[in-house]
Amino acid sequence: MSNPKVMAYKRENGRVGIRNHVVILPLDDLSNAACENVAHNIKGCKAIPHAYGRLQFGEDLDLYFRTLIGTGANANVAAVVVIGIEPEWTNIIVEGIAKTGKPVTGFAIERHGDIKTVEMASWKAKEYVQWASELQREECDLSEIWVSTKCGESDTTSGLASNPTVGNVFEKLVGMGGTCSFGETSEITGAEDGVEKRAANPEAAKQFRFLFDRYAKMIDDNKTDDLSGSQPTKGNIAGGLTTIEEKAFGNVQKIGKTINYVGALDKAVAPTGPGLWYMDSSSAAAEAVTLWAAAGFVAHLFPTGQGNIIGNAIEPVIKLTANPRTAGDMSEHIDYDCSAILRGEMTLDESGDKLIEMLVRTCNGRRTAQEALGHEEFVLTKLYESA
Amino acid sequence: MIQFLIHEAADSVGVATVDIKAGETVKGLYMDSQNPAEVQVLDDIPLGHKIAMNDLKIDEAVIKYGADIGKVVADIKKGGHVHIQNLKTRRW
Repeated sequence: MSNPKVMAYKRENGRVGIRNHVVILPLDDLSNAACENVAHNIKGCKAIPHAYGRLQFGEDLDLYFRTLIGTGANANVAAVVVIGIEPEWTNIIVEGIAKTGKPVTGFAIERHGDIKTVEMASWKAKEYVQWASELQREECDLSEIWVSTKCGESDTTSGLASNPTVGNVFEKLVGMGGTCSFGETSEITGAEDGVEKRAANPEAAKQFRFLFDRYAKMIDDNKTDDLSGSQPTKGNIAGGLTTIEEKAFGNVQKIGKTINYVGALDKAVAPTGPGLWYMDSSSAAAEAVTLWAAAGFVAHLFPTGQGNIIGNAIEPVIKLTANPRTAGDMSEHIDYDCSAILRGEMTLDESGDKLIEMLVRTCNGRRTAQEALGHEEFVLTKLYESA
Repeated sequence: MIQFLIHEAADSVGVATVDIKAGETVKGLYMDSQNPAEVQVLDDIPLGHKIAMNDLKIDEAVIKYGADIGKVVADIKKGGHVHIQNLKTRRW
């Protein structure tokens, strides 16, 4: 398939974004109120409140810094105002985002209080919004758009049609020289040997096995009963899924058949080149998409069976379903209905082309169902409790 | 209109895309080649459930998505319902 052109934003570091957000980013839970007040004062910017950022330590702190810096650095973001309770960690975030070359300024609340901080940050946000509003979309290749995928509320229609539709799109995008990513470590259980074999090189296979075993140990350490009773779930079984292997292979239909992953990344780590990348992530939808956005992905393909309604604050989530009931009674959440596959009226290849068409339209500015409905989930993954 | 789909040529099961009644002869499609398929089903098969495309013996692998999704624990006839009564994970 040829590489379609899209109209998108070329950022200072060469990365391409499909949205032009000015983000008011809280360093910590305490700074949410100030950020929301700035976003109230200045139209056209967006606060993305979250629950953490105090007394985190070790690997959990590393992941937290990586996620916040990655979110600000994402090419869908034009400029960032960071507000934190104290200047030191605020500056860590500011300096991390500043490496992209985009405008970013930090404000600390201590010694100022909320009211003065909101005033100073509002002036900066106004300057950024007016600057960003004059940036123009430019012609880019679709392959410059980093695309992630995970599914949710899956049922048998997911394995039959919506997941393989994404697989078909990933084959085509990687064929164009694009950058794509999948993950959901827990949902791969049962097909982990198959996924290991899909590595493009021994190093990628080793990285994947390390991340999978780390996950399996975490489940083992924390579980209170044998997962054999809950995987597949009773709902899965009622829907026709019999074994955990079957469920997992249905999930990995999202990476198609003909492409192999070139590396396996830890959570919120950016790929270092084109191709398909595995990224360790929870299977909880909002957490996982937040991690992909922080890794630099700018569009997300989300197949759903029973109708997951997830969105993200900065990475548009394109939802597709092959379940005709979901496409009917939850139509406001669905961007693309591929149920014609189940009627034998459309091939996977045709369905993949239609999803690419929806991806291109989304890149050019079409608001996804999730954006129109205001689903702006931003959920940090926490590895363990704070000190 | 079809009543079932098979992911690929190597698969030993198809998946019902409508509720199917025992005794019906149903038409399906291979999703990889778009080749037609036909089978007489022996049991009621609800939408989303699996139909054996050939006879399957105890300990044989059931193949779906071209992958081994578990082992047969009770003989299955072509056209039979493949589910928890005759297919088990290899994991537990």
